[in-house]
Amino acid sequence: MPKLKIDGIEIEVENGTTLLQACEVAGKEVPRFCYHERLSVAGNCRMCLIEVKGGPPKPQASCAMSVNDLRPGPNGEAPEIFTNTPMVKKAREGVMEFLLINHPLDCPICDQAGECDLQDQSMAYGSDHNRFYENKRAVEDKYLGPLVKTAMNRCIQCTRCVRFTTEVAGIEELGATGRGEDMEITTYLSKAISSELQGNIIDLCPVGALTSKPYEFKARPWELRKTETIDVMDAVGSNIRVDARGREVMRILPRTNEEVNEEWISDKTRFVWDGLRTQRLDQPYVRDLGKLRPASWDEALSRAAAKLKAAAPERVGILLGDLVAAEEAFALKELALKMRIANIDCRQDGTPLGEHGGRSGYIFNSGIAAIEEADAIMLIGCNPRLEAPVLNARIKKRANKGGCLIGVVGEQADLTYTYTYLGAGPESLAAFLDHPPANKQKPMFIIGQGALARPDGAALLAMAQKAAVSLGVIKDGWNGFNILHTAAGRVGALDVCALPGEGGKNTTAMLQGELDVMILAGADEIDMSKLGKTFVIYIGSHGDAGAARADVVLPGAAYTEKSATYVNTEGRPQMAVRAAFPPGDAREDWAIIASLAKQAGADLGFTSLAALRAAMYKVAPQLLLLDQRVVADAFALDELQRGAGEAFKSPFVSPVKDFYFTNPIARASAIMAECSALKNAQKLQAAE
Amino acid sequence: MSLSLTGVGRQLFLKEFVSAFLLAMKYFFAPKVTLNYPHEKGMLSPRFRGEHALRRYPNGEERCIACKLCEAICPAQAITIEAGPRRNDGTRRTTRYDIDMTKCIYCGFCQEACPVDAIVEGPNFEYAVETREELMFDKAKLLDNGDRWEREIARNLALDAPYR
Repeated sequence: MPKLKIDGIEIEVENGTTLLQACEVAGKEVPRFCYHERLSVAGNCRMCLIEVKGGPPKPQASCAMSVNDLRPGPNGEAPEIFTNTPMVKKAREGVMEFLLINHPLDCPICDQAGECDLQDQSMAYGSDHNRFYENKRAVEDKYLGPLVKTAMNRCIQCTRCVRFTTEVAGIEELGATGRGEDMEITTYLSKAISSELQGNIIDLCPVGALTSKPYEFKARPWELRKTETIDVMDAVGSNIRVDARGREVMRILPRTNEEVNEEWISDKTRFVWDGLRTQRLDQPYVRDLGKLRPASWDEALSRAAAKLKAAAPERVGILLGDLVAAEEAFALKELALKMRIANIDCRQDGTPLGEHGGRSGYIFNSGIAAIEEADAIMLIGCNPRLEAPVLNARIKKRANKGGCLIGVVGEQADLTYTYTYLGAGPESLAAFLDHPPANKQKPMFIIGQGALARPDGAALLAMAQKAAVSLGVIKDGWNGFNILHTAAGRVGALDVCALPGEGGKNTTAMLQGELDVMILAGADEIDMSKLGKTFVIYIGSHGDAGAARADVVLPGAAYTEKSATYVNTEGRPQMAVRAAFPPGDAREDWAIIASLAKQAGADLGFTSLAALRAAMYKVAPQLLLLDQRVVADAFALDELQRGAGEAFKSPFVSPVKDFYFTNPIARASAIMAECSALKNAQKLQAAE
Repeated sequence: MSLSLTGVGRQLFLKEFVSAFLLAMKYFFAPKVTLNYPHEKGMLSPRFRGEHALRRYPNGEERCIACKLCEAICPAQAITIEAGPRRNDGTRRTTRYDIDMTKCIYCGFCQEACPVDAIVEGPNFEYAVETREELMFDKAKLLDNGDRWEREIARNLALDAPYR
């Protein structure tokens, strides 16, 4: 542990720490543009210059120099560095002057203004006058696709974007050509970037060279109301900040959470906000003579309640969608209990999760951060790049470090890292059933919905558990048996036991048997034609498949418009916060369910969200531990064998057909539609 | 009671009356300080802050680039701007530029903040209206003001330029 003195403050840091990191430990601010904690060191912006005593008589780039490179004083004193000497001040001023030589003075029309590193640092460390009167460099703007807008005149060549796309996103499509003043960031072929994480280069860019195209010129950072909340586009539960102006959500940015999403979010998370404005259900509808017509809340609720009351409980079904929060799932479960409805299911894709094996049978047991410790990862029936891009970036990070074996059973897709292909379907998984334990410390299974959302899902889950035990994935002190969900609300709904009751029908059975009344709570991914003549009550935020089929539509709130608990795939309950109000007459979903129950004559026992939560925490106390990963007992996993049966031969197929269209909000978004069309065009082009 | 000679003299020759009369006559023949307002107008400083206007460049292009600095600085929060890329060339422009003149306190911060001299407070102060609604100025009204007062505004800016 080397010791050093920074501006007279003596500190001790780990071996291999850079001087910049050491300065941060000592609480000294060092300006920087190219350095980023999660990317490799480039050392090309020179903004982080500091003075090193006893070193060469010139300023040193602190991001690229290790504390181990420092020499102690003649009598063995701790080496000294300075961040506030005249030499450092002059060096910073000089670097800033050079950076501004070619940077246009277009802050008033730049979207980055107000949150620009260059703007802030030139105020803090720059000189107050200009000595450059010649012409500035002009660079042609590049096309990077429909999400990232470029203004390459503003680029200061920090290469953060190039390093991000290569190291984190795992695509080598962005690079630099030319050198010195002529250096340009380019895709070489003027082709859209193909990554699902490309939006992050907008945040990484310290200047306004890369900005968000859909958000172009829409708002200024100072007029936005910032709300820290949780994303629901995938089951990772990325931490996000929703920026709203007035009633409208203007943009979505990531928040740092080392355990979950580090500081990245996927493009779907970032750019889905325009879907929150379009296709919204803003008033109740009822179907008269085959056509939906607007109705009042009283009329819609009383019609729905009358049907509910009239039908026999065994002929009523409740199906929960992918974006249903734990509170709503609990309210529906209570409704089902009070009305003796056994047909309730939260797994609209038809997986067997939650039936056996306890809580550890349906969550990502090791936690997402543990991917970085894993020394072998087997992906079974999942394509994390499409199902959870941020989690895929974590696997990529692990793969970059080396020493981790990655195997895939399922689709042979481009996952951005190299892996061993083990086979396409159940028979390849069966090969590991009686395998001797792998010579690995922390092996990991990641089982996707592609392997579970099929009729033989229970058999495959049992098979995976058996293989996991024989390979040593589940052992004392390590549980690497991980289920990767695709639906943000699934784990929360499973936690409150929104599952078929005694003798109740599951999703598949509900869709076969002719039911009289069906409540769809945001369930849009099922085949609506199978509902037959059922009277459908739809509770949801967007006019998608479910609302089109419904007989009564009750408009609900989207995830940015309500306070709700979402449990991510690793069983971490996180609270979403309201950033804007639902449009028109739409209400919060739990309140709709409560009013429906009241009209139907069932007393749920709560009239406020706080009372609902109090009741919910009695059923699922783990939801009370917000932001903590609640580890589940691994012993219960053996019970999965009870679901064993015959597995089919058909290969695993990822449940995500189109990354940009996985939920009603994304399907309502014009930006997502544009991305999807572009992706399909690229696929066609590749096929030719 | 004693009589003084000077007091008697003052009374005898009506000294107070004469001096007051002379003063009245002085002002009677002096030039008038009042103005016959609608027909005559007072002098205005080039820095006078009157009715707002949005200016154009000589080639007819609107100056405003929707940077929203005026909106941000406005202490009365009288300015509302919405922006977006212009349809034909994608440049940054306002799609809405409203000033609530009933809120405005005529502090002139907006014209000080403007980097392109687009929003200015012109010399016009005679825009009394009959209804409150007419004081909600929109972009068309402001641009129209700019076109109408451009000559005076440009002259005032030129006169004030040496002191900036």
